[in-house]
Amino acid sequence: MKIAVCVKQIPDPADPGELDPETHALKRDMKLILDESDSYGVEMALQLAEAAGGGDVVLVSMAPHNETNGLRTALAMGAAEAILVSDDALAGTDALGTAKVLAKAIERVEADLVMTGTESSDGYTGTVPEQVAELLGLPSVTFAKSVEIADGVVKAQRQTEAGYDDIECPLPALVSVTAGVVEPRYPSFKGIMAAKGKPVAELSVADLGIDAGSVGWAGAGQAIVDVATAPEREAGEVVEDDGTGYERIVAYLEQLKVL
Amino acid sequence: METIWVHAEAADGKVASITLEMLAKARALADTVECFVAGDGEAVAATLGEHGASAVHATGELAGGLVGPALAGALADALAAGAAPSAILLGTTKDGRDVAGRLSVRLDAPVITNVVDLTVDGDSLVGTEPIFGGTVNVNTRFDTDKPGIFLVRPKSFVAEPTDGGVAAVHPLAVPDLGATGAARVVNVHVEETEGPKLDEAGVVVSGGRGLGDADKFQMVDQLAKALGGAAGATRAIVDAGWVPYSLQVGQTGKVVKPDVYIAAGISGATQHMVGMKGSKHIIAINKDAEAPIFGVADLGIVGDVHKVLPQLLEALAAR
Ligand SMILES: Cc1cc2nc3c(=O)[nH]c(=O)nc-3n(C[C@H](O)[C@H](O)[C@H](O)COP(=O)(O)OP(=O)(O)OC[C@H]3O[C@@H](n4cnc5c(N)ncnc54)[C@H](O)[C@@H]3O)c2cc1C
Ligand SMILES: Cc1cc2nc3c(=O)[nH]c(=O)nc-3n(C[C@H](O)[C@H](O)[C@H](O)COP(=O)(O)OP(=O)(O)OC[C@H]3O[C@@H](n4cnc5c(N)ncnc54)[C@H](O)[C@@H]3O)c2cc1C
Repeated sequence: MKIAVCVKQIPDPADPGELDPETHALKRDMKLILDESDSYGVEMALQLAEAAGGGDVVLVSMAPHNETNGLRTALAMGAAEAILVSDDALAGTDALGTAKVLAKAIERVEADLVMTGTESSDGYTGTVPEQVAELLGLPSVTFAKSVEIADGVVKAQRQTEAGYDDIECPLPALVSVTAGVVEPRYPSFKGIMAAKGKPVAELSVADLGIDAGSVGWAGAGQAIVDVATAPEREAGEVVEDDGTGYERIVAYLEQLKVL
Repeated sequence: METIWVHAEAADGKVASITLEMLAKARALADTVECFVAGDGEAVAATLGEHGASAVHATGELAGGLVGPALAGALADALAAGAAPSAILLGTTKDGRDVAGRLSVRLDAPVITNVVDLTVDGDSLVGTEPIFGGTVNVNTRFDTDKPGIFLVRPKSFVAEPTDGGVAAVHPLAVPDLGATGAARVVNVHVEETEGPKLDEAGVVVSGGRGLGDADKFQMVDQLAKALGGAAGATRAIVDAGWVPYSLQVGQTGKVVKPDVYIAAGISGATQHMVGMKGSKHIIAINKDAEAPIFGVADLGIVGDVHKVLPQLLEALAAR
């Protein structure tokens, strides 16, 4: 079984983001880390490969400045190798452009299964997985909160607005997994050492046979009109509980006529 | 703006509130508003008409097929055959996102996501997208001559019926989807909750990791019940398996805008706050005076949920 896992490398969410005042794009000149949202896909893929009696988990990532920091984390978890697409022409790429790049890279893997998160922590359009599936002509199960594979068929629980659906889908397929689908393992020391020697293939847009004009700022069929500070909600009264805090809540609920 | 198409979603013949919210906005922006639905058009034609849709394009039952590929394929064909909406609005729901992603590839057009407001600028529609936890608004417009695809966040607009008659039902043919249509729904599970629905309740009481363990969520449930409201949760405790996902409030859960939101043992992460910041009144209980949730609370109690909630429940029971 060969599984391609899309992993995004993002600025540390603990650092507040900043938009480039000129281009309105998110600044990405700092060191990037593995998006926590994708650690679930990596773990799920590793477990599915193990359950299938072995197989390779190949990471696919698009990131600026040949960033491999986040990839090393996922390789240390146990993935076998990685493909990294990095190219100055990709600056400003929107979700559809990202999906085009990822789809081309995934084609090289010839995977039975493509795994993604449901949405990234920094851009969170949540559209890349279905775009990749459509570009590759694959069926998909999105928002999976449990995944098993038996006899070439994915059996998954897909979250819905009202609960969840049981889905069956033949391979090859794409599955997007929710946070919490499995508990991501911590890389062991041995894993971290081994990751240093694992292959990372670095590709440019031209290597993938993609026309640079169809990605990046030029390819994004949308224009940012303006950026404005949103009106802030004002904080109210904060009181220390001295044993009568509940009375304040009762009084407030009365005032609001909830009681 | 001439025509806007709106994705209609319904369960058991009841049209989803996100659909009605989008119809209210679309009506204000365009001369003609039409819907498309994966399912039976007749079942929803009256409600959609009442909310301003003049027509509903319906695929009929999908018989186990998933909505995303089917509706995207059907829409792409309808557009190729001459239908020309200026914009296509879908709710930020599971199915809405699936349809938008697949349709964007079929049309080779981008999607503007997480939209909380829409304005007309000349011939095109501008979507407003909040970023950085809602502190900054980005306004984005389409640069192509293709219909703009927008994913709209629930509770961005207020649903309001108008005096429209029943919407005309037109068939929407689903093409052969090949491999992309191979996934099948084999079973449907509805996670029933008693009382009002989370995204419709006037009072929402949510619990977070500060409750300490799964059993303590009972206090949140009881308080919600005592106030005639619904119980909600943070992703931290959904992921921990304390409560089902259907209770999750936030960026990847439900957006709620009740009259009163009570947050118990919740830190106030930006991803949680985008789902509840629009509440009319917010009460927070947290033992950490520095918790970000206090920044949006009208009344904040710095205290232990294990003391304040039982006292509060007792006081309410005594009334
Ligand atoms: C605040 C903000 C708002 C934006 N709004 C829009 C918008 O409205 N429309 C639009 O088209 N673009 C938008 N973008 C740009 C968009 O986020 C980027 O194009 C991004 O590269 C891809 O989308 P995503 O991160 O939203 O992916 P999502 O669809 O949220 O990611 C889902 C999954 O796809 C995979 N994935 C996504 N990106 C990569 C990657 N680079 N490498 C490997 N795997 C990946 C991961 O598995 C991830 O878990 C926005 C960006 C920001 C910062
Ligand atoms: C892409 C992405 C999407 C996300 N989507 C969502 C989402 O939709 N919804 C969501 O909620 N989160 C979401 N998150 C997670 C979010 O970032 C936070 O991790 C989460 O909201 C934290 O939940 P919490 O407040 O319960 O836990 P914590 O952040 O751990 O906070 C617990 C709080 O309880 C307080 N506390 C502890 N003990 C007590 C006590 N005895 N009495 C009173 N207070 C106490 C603590 O002071 C602390 O403030 C998302 C994250 C990402 C990356």
